[in-house]
Amino acid sequence: MTLELFFQTVVNATYAASYMALIAVGLVLIFGVMGVINFAHGELYMAGAYAVVALYAGMGINFFVAVAIGLLFVGMLGLLMEYGLFRPLRDNPLGGLIASIGFLLILQTIAVLGFGVQMEHVPPSTQGKIVFSDGVVLTYQRLYVILTTVVLLTALWLFLRKSKFGWALRACAQDREAAVLQGMSINATARLAMFIGAALAGVAGALTAPLVAPTPQMGHPVIITAFIIIIVGGVGSLEGAVLAAILYAFVNTFVTTIYDGTLANIVGLLLMLIVLIVKPTGLFGAKERA
Amino acid sequence: MPERPTSRLTFALGLILLAAALIVLPHLVSLSQKEVLVLLVINVLLVSSYRLLTLTGEWSLAHAVIMGVGAYGSALVSKELSWPVPLAMLVGASIAAFLAFLLSFPLFRMKGFYFLIGSFAAGEVIRLVWKWSELTWLFGGPKGIKLIPPFPDIPVLSIDFYDPVNYYYLCLIVVTISLLILYRVERSRIGLTFHAIHWQDKLAESVGVDTFRYRMLAFVISSFFAGLSGALYAHYIGTVNPNRFSVEEMTYILIWAIVGGTATFYGPILGVVVLTVLNEVVLRAIGVDEMRPMLYGAILILFILFLPNGLESLVPKAKDWFGGRKQKQAKSEQPAEAEQTAK
Repeated sequence: MTLELFFQTVVNATYAASYMALIAVGLVLIFGVMGVINFAHGELYMAGAYAVVALYAGMGINFFVAVAIGLLFVGMLGLLMEYGLFRPLRDNPLGGLIASIGFLLILQTIAVLGFGVQMEHVPPSTQGKIVFSDGVVLTYQRLYVILTTVVLLTALWLFLRKSKFGWALRACAQDREAAVLQGMSINATARLAMFIGAALAGVAGALTAPLVAPTPQMGHPVIITAFIIIIVGGVGSLEGAVLAAILYAFVNTFVTTIYDGTLANIVGLLLMLIVLIVKPTGLFGAKERA
Repeated sequence: MPERPTSRLTFALGLILLAAALIVLPHLVSLSQKEVLVLLVINVLLVSSYRLLTLTGEWSLAHAVIMGVGAYGSALVSKELSWPVPLAMLVGASIAAFLAFLLSFPLFRMKGFYFLIGSFAAGEVIRLVWKWSELTWLFGGPKGIKLIPPFPDIPVLSIDFYDPVNYYYLCLIVVTISLLILYRVERSRIGLTFHAIHWQDKLAESVGVDTFRYRMLAFVISSFFAGLSGALYAHYIGTVNPNRFSVEEMTYILIWAIVGGTATFYGPILGVVVLTVLNEVVLRAIGVDEMRPMLYGAILILFILFLPNGLESLVPKAKDWFGGRKQKQAKSEQPAEAEQTAK
């Protein structure tokens, strides 16, 4: 592996870590507050990508406006899931999970009926790129993803640490009963968590749409990746999810570059199985939640 | 279950009627529906074997892949080693069971969500190994294995298993025997222990039950029959590939089990039969195959919201509704069967 290829792979891995972190943090947030594994999370990502397909590639709206609308749209889908599925099934976590599988199938079918099964081509919003000294390239399109991730995750971190809503959210994640006894509204926090969690997946999909050629099935590998990340990071730990996303993205990108993609996926899944066996609380996680 | 002699009699009568209906059924439907019938019988075994695992309280997401292991195993043994197909089927099922035995060691260190995700990961690893370019010489990569030898004909009786009706009878025999075994297992002391582990695993452990070994046993038995259903599938269709056993197929198994309910032996069977019939009728009516996942998704959500115990929970209500003891036994088989023949 040449030095140039090495640095290029580092750049690629940083980009991959960014959007994976967005998706995984959303999934962890939902699991933390609601106690439900959202299987439809990959399809929320897909919905974000198709928002950009429709608005930006289809109607010619400004890319960033399309991304913002995509974020809101997928956040609304999250609220829909909360009101329609997770709230009635609050005391039945397995039921919530199964309902999210049903929702996943519905979202996929809507994408197939609306756009067809073929790959969508989304033109890049900019041709600009940064060329580092030794020929290593980072396109602006990828830079947007990295920057947005940093901004959004910092904002989320500040929100959770500093604001009253953030405290309530973390309190619910720690101990739902105690939080309710302190007068926090479980419905309000669940709504908030669902909106933020879904919106993060949506914005990841919207931003990466020009880079990945969206298909209705694109959520499937994404949800597997997200599962690996949240297990490795420790279910219920936001910081763990970010660190695990970085770890996974680097392992995956390097193995893909050196060997091949299938082997990279196998390595990722084995990594997760080993963590599940040796340290089910995750490498960076605090306490076990289930 | 029937205790009084009279209800035992109606139960026996119901069984005879059911058997007669199942034997006559393939002669009443069109060719494409015959194909569906074969797959339906295979799926009955698949979902029933899945239920045995859920008895211990664990919901695996690897069951479709385990079915695939049986299919791949049987296909390879019969094609590459030229073993006779019936033997290859048993070997395939045994490979699936053996793999479940190996997977038990990592997977049953987990419970609940962790088991669910762990089994999902294990299944995906197996699927990726099938797809892996380094092993294309063995598993055929994403395209899978083609030209799998069909079930050998019996020239003496001039039975040709290329005919779906004959293959249907073959599957019916294999599946009936398998279901009897599964039923016996559930009713035995082992099956009761499965239930105990589900509801009170700490208590079961404290009275000396090795919960790990019983979980493993449930997984191995259920995987054997899932593998057998895969083998039946492989030698009927003649080709297997990794996507046939994807997580999408797994969701169908889940949907059958949820819609039917898993508290009774017949619940999942009811689920797969009703949904398959519905699928045939609705597909004919709408004529759009693309709508299928959405309909299944909607059905899944509606059931989990409004009928969380599945169709089987309607059976006692239906019994009350009809009141008389005469219909009592027949009800459990009738709804599915009535719809089948109604077409």
